[in-house]
Amino acid sequence: MRLEPIANPSLARSFGFPAAALVATVVIASLLAALAGANPLATLGLIVKGAAGSKFAMLETLNRATPLIFTGLAIAVAFRAKLWNIGAEAQLYGGAIVTVILGTSALSGIGAAALPLIALGAMVAGALILLGPVMLKTRFGVDEVVTTLLFNFVMLLLVSYLLEGPMKDPMGMGWPKSAPLDKSLRLPRIDEGLRLHWGFGLALISATLIWFVQTRTTLGYEMRAVGLNPQAARFAGIPVNGVLVKTALLSGGLAALAGFSEVAGLKGHLSLDLSPGFGYTGIIVAMLALLHPLGVVITAIFVAGIFVGSDSMSRAAGVPTYIADMLLALALLLMVLAIGLTKFRVVRG
Amino acid sequence: MTSAHPKAQDVVLRLESITKRFGPLVANDAISLTLHRGEVIALLGENGAGKTTLMNILFGQYTADEGNVEVFGHPLPPGNPAAALAAGLGMVHQHFTLADNLSVLDNIQLGTVPLWRMGLGSKAARAKLAKLAADFGLGIDPDALVGTLAVGERQRVEILKALYRDARILILDEPTAILTPQESDALFDTLRRAVATGLSVIFISHKLHEVMALSSRVLVLRHGKLVGEVATRDTDRHALAALMVGAEVTPPSVAPQRPGPALLTLRDLSTPDVGAAPGLKSITLALRAGQITGLAGVSGNGQAALSDLISGLTTPQSGAIEMPDMPDVWSPRTVVAAGIARIPEDRHKTGSIADFSLTENAILETYAQAPFSRNGLLNWAAADAHTRHLIATNDVRCPGPSAPIRQLSGGNMQKLILGRVLEASPKIILANQPVRGLDIGAITYVHKRLLAARNAGAAVLLISEDLDEIMALSDIIHVISEGRISPEFARGTLTAAELGIWMAGIGFADAA
Repeated sequence: MRLEPIANPSLARSFGFPAAALVATVVIASLLAALAGANPLATLGLIVKGAAGSKFAMLETLNRATPLIFTGLAIAVAFRAKLWNIGAEAQLYGGAIVTVILGTSALSGIGAAALPLIALGAMVAGALILLGPVMLKTRFGVDEVVTTLLFNFVMLLLVSYLLEGPMKDPMGMGWPKSAPLDKSLRLPRIDEGLRLHWGFGLALISATLIWFVQTRTTLGYEMRAVGLNPQAARFAGIPVNGVLVKTALLSGGLAALAGFSEVAGLKGHLSLDLSPGFGYTGIIVAMLALLHPLGVVITAIFVAGIFVGSDSMSRAAGVPTYIADMLLALALLLMVLAIGLTKFRVVRG
Repeated sequence: MTSAHPKAQDVVLRLESITKRFGPLVANDAISLTLHRGEVIALLGENGAGKTTLMNILFGQYTADEGNVEVFGHPLPPGNPAAALAAGLGMVHQHFTLADNLSVLDNIQLGTVPLWRMGLGSKAARAKLAKLAADFGLGIDPDALVGTLAVGERQRVEILKALYRDARILILDEPTAILTPQESDALFDTLRRAVATGLSVIFISHKLHEVMALSSRVLVLRHGKLVGEVATRDTDRHALAALMVGAEVTPPSVAPQRPGPALLTLRDLSTPDVGAAPGLKSITLALRAGQITGLAGVSGNGQAALSDLISGLTTPQSGAIEMPDMPDVWSPRTVVAAGIARIPEDRHKTGSIADFSLTENAILETYAQAPFSRNGLLNWAAADAHTRHLIATNDVRCPGPSAPIRQLSGGNMQKLILGRVLEASPKIILANQPVRGLDIGAITYVHKRLLAARNAGAAVLLISEDLDEIMALSDIIHVISEGRISPEFARGTLTAAELGIWMAGIGFADAA
């Protein structure tokens, strides 16, 4: 058996396989729910209801989608240039640390006008965190998958140290969390009374900007060229290493915005549970979106819906929330397979 | 070293009219050959002549479109490498297939015993290996890690691997390409011993003296066809060179023209070797206006180094590049800006980006300048209009400017690349193997464009392995061999056979 590329896949093929992947995901998830002793249809119904069944549920889903849009964009931008940034988690925490440092500093004196400055500071931190691994890659050929991945653990330990030491909240009753941001530095709510904040708006604007950069600017053209064929890009005169560095700065900055948005928009302080793996889930979000920046918004909302819906279903039906992770993993695996099958056909012999 | 009149029952391998096509390219065109017991035959031909394809068919990596293979009188099932091994075929690849982190013994046993038994019960294996090593003069420490071995030793491991599996027919693909002369001599000694025990060998090479030294029969492939089969004793290097590159000379269709001033001069210039690929060895070369300079030579003799240098990818280690408008920095972008058009050797990997559209490929070298972009913002309308213009003026057959370029045939892809680099009427043109793998129509078109540019006063450097092409188009010819460049020969002063001698590395000032 081998794979044979299809030059012009038919429309039925292009949509049929991904649709089949979704159906297969739902079927397997139902079996898993049945294994957990619940009624599969009712379980799925509860997930959908929990994710989108009310205004509250929908806004909660969008809230959860916000950091995923940022990390998904960070991954999509990097992967497009074949820069394998697995360290969005580290960049997220870098952005969060700077947000807290600036947000509890004298900057709070100028009120909400300081927010753009803080966001910029966070982006610089995220960009610098990714710059190191990329310089190692361009100078010495060190594999960035390893270095960016390891940075995640370094950053988590750094955050842990900061929260137990220099950044520990003196009023925190001993909990490892930072002092809260000044009230004037919190991102305003889009919907008063509910939790959705303007970080979501910033995420949508970012996605649109990235889409514009990728399709309408020379930088986007260079990033795609480098990702698709670095040899031809170099031959044509595109400065490959320079493009990789720019890509890294953009990707790291976007991931850091997730940290900024979570601290300034949602939590108000830094703690070790700020991100339940948004940096890693961002990879799933970006891959499901086929690295398209506007697609990232859709898949981030889809993925967030599965998480939020599963939480709510779990409370109601007693099925473990792990089903959310399994659903996502299944969806990703089957979608990758389906996308492969739209481009290749399996041939015997 | 073997009987000149082998008996029919001694036939160990028979290929019958093997044909293999890749799209429009016929890589093997009805090739038949027989191999007898204890015989060494050489398969001679240029790169791309179809030698490796033929062996890959024999080994089941490719399935032939037509024809069949018979080993020891039994048909070999196509597309089945395991069957080829079982039938007694052994292959030593040009690029080794060894695991660096395993010992010699483990590498040799790999694939012959289940993995979990490796290292156990290896006493018999050791004994067998020791006997083989002694019989064939392939001394090697079975416990040494392959990663610590020199290149020549690794090749011994490859040969031992084949012999260990009781190969009766050994195929060596360019075995000396990466060996020193001493290692080559040791290899030949081993092969002679192996043949004396009844082993049969197919030896793939484009080095004439090795073919003469080792083989009893020579088969010459050219453009996928078997163009000659001669007993080694009845031929010589010159005759083989002529057969390999094609002796028939196309009458020149080039009107003589007085050359202009030198537009690009390389003076006493050297570049470092890159791995096994030789660098340039203090070459001096002048490209003059209104002249096509042909650079003949067997691939892998420094053409890549020269091409990379002129393309702006590398800078000289010593020596000078001289141009009337010499750019301050020597890089791909600055050489293009200085008026050098580059047609790269590999249009798929270097000349284009397969998943980019025609439009995106058309602006690959010019996207950063007006009208295609201003202040970092791309103007797709201008790029699209430019691409449509290139498609129309170069007769590129394609679904449209937004189709991915990988959907195009090689010829149409090359026409677009040609249009891209020639549109701005460059002063200097580097054409590296510009027609390799193209059909006749596209070849004619490429040659027409190069001649038109030359007639309009451009300096053209044509690098090609195809002597016919070189002799038909060039005003002057140089030969490159192991990074050295021959004196220039005016059009028509040397025959193909005479050029073949230079190509074999004979005649250079420092040659042995």
